Amino acid sequence: MSHPRDRTGVMDRRDLAWYADRCAQVLIFAGGISAIVFIIGIFVFVTREGLGFVFGPLDLGQFFSSIEWRPTSDNPGYGALALMVGTLSVTGLAMLFSVPLSLGAALYIGEFAKGKTREALKILVEMLAAIPSVVWGFVGMSIMNPLIIQVFDVPVGLSALNAGIILGLMAAPIMTTIAEDALKAVPDSYREAAEALGATRWEVILKVVIPASKNGLVAAVLLGVGRGFGETMAVLMATGHSINIPTSPFDGVRALTATIASELGDTATGSPHYGSLFTLGIFLFVVTFLINLTADLVVKGIRKK
Amino acid sequence: MKRIISLTTVAILACGGDGDRAQRALIQNKGSDTLLNVAQAWAETYGAVNPNVAVAVTGGGSGTGISAMINGTVDIANSSRAMRDSEIEAARANGIEPIEFVVGHDALAIFMHEDNPMSGITMDQLRGIFGEGGGLERWSDLGASVPGCPSDEIIRVSRQNNSGTYIYFREAVLGAGNDFKLGSYDMHGSKDVVDLVENTPCAIGYSGLAYATEHIHMPCVAADDVSACVGPAVQTAIEGSYPISRPLLMYTAGQPIGAIRDYMDWILSDAGQCVIQQRGYAPVREVTCT
Repeated sequence: MSHPRDRTGVMDRRDLAWYADRCAQVLIFAGGISAIVFIIGIFVFVTREGLGFVFGPLDLGQFFSSIEWRPTSDNPGYGALALMVGTLSVTGLAMLFSVPLSLGAALYIGEFAKGKTREALKILVEMLAAIPSVVWGFVGMSIMNPLIIQVFDVPVGLSALNAGIILGLMAAPIMTTIAEDALKAVPDSYREAAEALGATRWEVILKVVIPASKNGLVAAVLLGVGRGFGETMAVLMATGHSINIPTSPFDGVRALTATIASELGDTATGSPHYGSLFTLGIFLFVVTFLINLTADLVVKGIRKK
Repeated sequence: MKRIISLTTVAILACGGDGDRAQRALIQNKGSDTLLNVAQAWAETYGAVNPNVAVAVTGGGSGTGISAMINGTVDIANSSRAMRDSEIEAARANGIEPIEFVVGHDALAIFMHEDNPMSGITMDQLRGIFGEGGGLERWSDLGASVPGCPSDEIIRVSRQNNSGTYIYFREAVLGAGNDFKLGSYDMHGSKDVVDLVENTPCAIGYSGLAYATEHIHMPCVAADDVSACVGPAVQTAIEGSYPISRPLLMYTAGQPIGAIRDYMDWILSDAGQCVIQQRGYAPVREVTCT
């Protein structure tokens, strides 16, 4: 950070350019650390609101093992197991649906598509990410719901499956983009060398490109999982918001995020219910943080090679 | 520049001091989503009655309105449930004495798909369907065979657990101290309940009568096996014969004075009560409206 003019010995030339320079330095530094400041700020806030409850009335055993989420009952229950299983099942279904789709799309865009097709596809995939989540929720409620009822002959179409498909489509753009970047990071010399040895195109991709970009692909999937964990509005609308340990994909479930979204607005600040919702928030924060951290470390893994 | 601003401020203050008639009073009104439609209609109609008073209405739910009353940020809180003792104490701790006004009644209708053949249902059956430990899981348990519902499963459609409607249904139907069976589809709003039940032959749900549409079936409700089965309607809610009818409440911070008192008086007058009747809720007494 030393100033170039320092070395010339002219220490007191504080003209306009000097101030502009300092200003720019401070602004860029502030921009650089703002993300850290925000994330620490949010963590401190969520923890402060929730910790009083965690160390007070909350029974941690009940929180992790019971499905009895009855925060407004006369005998309140704060069992979040069904909510965790709900979030997991929806995210799991979404990944089941989205991982082959996005990795396939990334392979096609990165390895096969040429010229205009490739550019058009890239833009379209990124546009998919621009659809607001409440619109996805609306699709889940008014298009997927009747469709699932008709196709699978089930009583209700709001279910883990419905939300899984919606969430899969929502997570696909980010996964496709990152996976494609990972494929692109594999040097062409690898492909050329493999082809020179007589490998078919399929063999090049399967045995050279994919192993070489493995870390990036895993990171893409993990970021997709993080996206699924944190999604709220679409999940609230498409799951049916039903407290349930699902035994089939057609069962309604309830997600952690959706529970916070639907209950927090009507809850008195500082009440046990309020605290319990922030406890869910802490749990979500920690889980998504770990997922993203893992993804980050995995990506760092490729860079080191 | 500073001088101009301070001069303007003085001028505004001076004008305000000229007379109360020149000043528009603003009443903050917040709370129950059930009451939101009516509260907005009252505010609009009252604007014509007394142009010097503006009423700002926001929803957010009964709990939101009551929290705002406790925190002193609202003049009138709308609620579809009574304030709990703990909430009244919290308000008193902030120096606010909430005064309750019954401004109307709401019949909680039971909603079924229009193909559902059940013409009536008893409170016991509702407890068996919705209540924790209730054994009714299938439509055939009620002696009904619902077309379009081959699985025979009763799909319970409910509300999120802090809505005034949910809490009232729990108290009035399931009984104090009882809980809902888990696994219901908890919708975020009365309109969503109606939407889902309309499209789901196996479903049963509940919400304010005012949310009913043409394509939904509302069975009559009998208090017990010997009582008559009464259909949900404004008339039966006024009479008190419909078993699941609740008072709609407004709370003021202390005995209302000035513009707020005038507004509350007008809401309880025939003119105000006609507005609530037109919106599909029951007035506090029988009124004749044009």
